[in-house]
Amino acid sequence: MSQKQNIQLPEGSLGKQTTTLNLGPTHPATHGVFQNILEMDGERIIDAVPTIGFIHRAFEKIAEHRPYYQITPLTDRLNYCSSPINNMGWHMTVEKLIKAELPKRVEYLRVIIMELSRIADHLVCNSVIGVDTGAFTGFIYVFELREYIYEIFEEVCGSRLTTNIGRIGGFERNFSELAFQKIDHFLKIFPKAMKEFETLFNRNRIFMERTMGVGGIAAERALNYGFTGPNLRATGIDYDIRTAHPYSGYQDFDFSVPVGTTGDVYDRYLVRNAEIWESINIITQAVKKIKELDPSVYHADIPDFYLPEKADVYTKMEALIYHFKIVMGETDIPAGEVYHSVEGGNGELGFYLISDGGRSPYRLHFRRPCFIFYQAYPEIIKGSMLSDAVVTMSSLNLIAGEIDG
Amino acid sequence: MLTNEIIKQRLTEKFGELVYNFEEPYGMLTFVTERDNNLKVMNFLKESEDLGFTFLNDLTAVHYPDLKGKELAVVYMLQNIQAELRIRFKVFTDITKPDVFTATGIFETSNWLEREAFDFFGVNFVGHPNLIRIMNVEEMDYHPLRKEYPLEEQTRIDKDDDMFGR
Repeated sequence: MSQKQNIQLPEGSLGKQTTTLNLGPTHPATHGVFQNILEMDGERIIDAVPTIGFIHRAFEKIAEHRPYYQITPLTDRLNYCSSPINNMGWHMTVEKLIKAELPKRVEYLRVIIMELSRIADHLVCNSVIGVDTGAFTGFIYVFELREYIYEIFEEVCGSRLTTNIGRIGGFERNFSELAFQKIDHFLKIFPKAMKEFETLFNRNRIFMERTMGVGGIAAERALNYGFTGPNLRATGIDYDIRTAHPYSGYQDFDFSVPVGTTGDVYDRYLVRNAEIWESINIITQAVKKIKELDPSVYHADIPDFYLPEKADVYTKMEALIYHFKIVMGETDIPAGEVYHSVEGGNGELGFYLISDGGRSPYRLHFRRPCFIFYQAYPEIIKGSMLSDAVVTMSSLNLIAGEIDG
Repeated sequence: MLTNEIIKQRLTEKFGELVYNFEEPYGMLTFVTERDNNLKVMNFLKESEDLGFTFLNDLTAVHYPDLKGKELAVVYMLQNIQAELRIRFKVFTDITKPDVFTATGIFETSNWLEREAFDFFGVNFVGHPNLIRIMNVEEMDYHPLRKEYPLEEQTRIDKDDDMFGR
């Protein structure tokens, strides 16, 4: 093999006393396409070189060639465990750019959807930590609950995993009565099941010994590495976009931001569990608030950007004109640069959008949380066992689609 | 209470002519500094007790082919977590000599973000410990997010679409 390879072997690989181990890219213990070239001394990891980019899809380039409303499906595929949050984050970025004011009911409906997807995201992550420590039951058990959440998404927007939910300015259709029934049903059955899940793990001797003191990071280092989300909060810093830079009416809700102390795997797990309870709390409040608002409102009154209803397009001249203008990208978008971020499932998901007034963004940069904190992985796992490295990876909630962008 | 006005005042006191073009698009203080001054500004913002921008939120590059002599912009976004305040500053560099000092010594965050900016825009971060491509293959000899590279192959005639303007 004379061709230059994309793998960097350390100097003097031959004749050395340590073992080079290639973990990934498609190893069953790494949930997604992650490659780590580990330098091992027996069972201890001395060094790790992560390689990423295996599923890079050039979203930033594609986004420069698409009208604004067609970029939403791209955001689905970043963190695909909580796509609705990404979709809403993108809608809100554009709404910030065009300075659109949204009705309260739309904001609260968004909050419900976002918190449901946060629960789904955290459930997957936490149960997978269980799988990696040898407890498969919790994983199977919470996937039933995740299924209920996906049924709600299906009822609202028609799809489950990559949702493409909502439009710029609101939702594509109003929530049906069945959707609210499904939300109520979920709120009724979920706390009991969640308690059982916590009983299974929280004080489980094996789980605690496998996770406590493993994969820890100090608050100062975490900040320097750009940690956000539950991973930062597990170190004791209460930075949450929902309270620091409130969006979509989060300032109207009463909730707390759980924090940990040591920033290890167990703390991350506990912070996520606590956040699930807070999310339930927020959804309950939102459902109550929505009951007091006009039930017919589901989008903002911005005809230049919000696609009119299909029935109107066929019967009303004005709706037809707006439909045509939006689809052909003829509406005026103000020039400017805007940054908007939302609290995603695993951290601060930011959209840095530069518009030159054209039909597509001039430049769009996704601040992808796990791309940023994955660089700390070698430092976190140095000196630990191989099996701890696997647990650490799942506890960071790394999503390959988001890392590679 | 830290406000954009105070930050602007402190920056002009310290750097004078070297920081300019102050704007506040959508509430975020944005300014431009000289290319060789980027680390000084960043260090000042991070280390000053009253400013305390200890968190690098985002780092990316933008290509402006029409700005002759300063085609590439590197955009830094910092945050003061206690004050819940974000600011953004930019440096512009010539595309034929895109050398910008690396921020890896100040924020570990910038390591991969700079590799990404190098990969897609070809910004040469001077002093970066491991400036190699991060998403694309090593064999690639161009920087795909620059504006001169079209999204699709231009020789295809079946995709010629004046109306929708790809």
